[in-house]
Amino acid sequence: MNEIWAGIAAAFRLIVTLDADLVDITLRSLQVSLSALVIASVIALPFGTWLAIRRFRFRRLTIATLNALMGLPPVVVGLIVYLLLSRSGPFGVLGLLFTPTAMIIAQVIIITPLIASITHQAMRELWAEYHDLLISLNTTKGQRIMTLIRDGRRTLLTAALAGFGRAIGEVGAIMIVGGNIDNATRVLTTAIALETGKGDFALALGLGFVLIALALLVNFAIHALSRTEREGRW
Amino acid sequence: MKPMSVVLKQAVIRRRGTQILGPIDMTLGEAGFSIVIGPNGAGKTSLLKVLHGVERLSSGTVTWSVPDEDARQSQAYVFQKPIMLRRSVRQNLAFPLHLLKVPKAEIAERVQDWSGRIGLHAALDRPATRLSGGEQQKLALARALIRNPQVLFLDEPCANLDGRSTREIETLLLASYHAGTRIIMTTHDLGQARRLASDVVFLLNGHVREQASAQAFFAAQQSDEARAFLNGDIIE
Repeated sequence: MNEIWAGIAAAFRLIVTLDADLVDITLRSLQVSLSALVIASVIALPFGTWLAIRRFRFRRLTIATLNALMGLPPVVVGLIVYLLLSRSGPFGVLGLLFTPTAMIIAQVIIITPLIASITHQAMRELWAEYHDLLISLNTTKGQRIMTLIRDGRRTLLTAALAGFGRAIGEVGAIMIVGGNIDNATRVLTTAIALETGKGDFALALGLGFVLIALALLVNFAIHALSRTEREGRW
Repeated sequence: MKPMSVVLKQAVIRRRGTQILGPIDMTLGEAGFSIVIGPNGAGKTSLLKVLHGVERLSSGTVTWSVPDEDARQSQAYVFQKPIMLRRSVRQNLAFPLHLLKVPKAEIAERVQDWSGRIGLHAALDRPATRLSGGEQQKLALARALIRNPQVLFLDEPCANLDGRSTREIETLLLASYHAGTRIIMTTHDLGQARRLASDVVFLLNGHVREQASAQAFFAAQQSDEARAFLNGDIIE
């Protein structure tokens, strides 16, 4: 129990004093995970919607694969991205390994299937409801996708938040491709892993509480901005 | 836009081995208020969807007198169960116009006009999914008519509606018919068929059993089945 109290105290102290390292690490966490979220959403939301409305030959296979990819082990993703970006790898010349960009790439790969899969589930229901009307109005494919995304935006928000949750709490992949370098690629989760390894449980817990608070804060902020629960009638 | 007529030739729909419609040979002229009647499962909805081009034929052809793309763009369809977009009444009305990229000012004007005609002026900013059944069906009708379609399809628009809503919808339909819209509608309600029809198509088991002007059809039916149907007998 003592460690937890010490952790709460440490978290309090870190936040109140606006510890420079903590601010730096937190901002980097946010930068990496929010960038990954934006990129993954731009890919996954239209793709998931497209999957819901489009009939093609390997549709079932694609959806099954997508659902399987939701459980992609981050460590393995990290390893593969590491090999691709390392000096001897195909993208080695870009010099991206151990940079925040590499971490973003890894997280995009991890959360895109998750967001796409939740999007597909939600859009399939909405499409069943709208299908006849949108066909009858002679809409183009693009117009159909835009209509579904617009009217299903609340479920899409849930999908995006699920993706963000997975990204901000993820440690395996960014540890490998980022390297946990102080002042360069250290983020909250890798810092917690490091402090725990060093035996500094209070600081590790303190960082942990900051991480949880951050996740809550982002969720609340997005809900407030989109006014989900206020108009939440559909 | 030119008036449109349509010709069906040997039109057949098969689903999982059973023939649910046809073969049908039929012509529908450029003007009129055609009512399609027949018992449940006769293929009324399928026929409407085939004419509208949203249901594919297994064999045979459906040919409009104008190119397909023009035909699709100038038709509207009101479904038996109104499909409401999860948006406000205003946005539901504006939706078909947005798709056509009509200027914003004109959209606002037409939305005002139509919301007044269906008596939903005060409800413009309410979510459409919260309207009553009759209001939803009126909204669906206005959303179909707001594009000024040449041809309007209606699939049992007054099923499950009370007398007042039915009368309001019939008034709107007649106004639009007199303004030159070609209307093709299915109904269960023989009284409604008598009130509205200029000509009648009697459908049974996927076949057209009779097609005649309303006057001729209601005065004397050619087939025993049609006579029985009008008498209120159950026919199969």
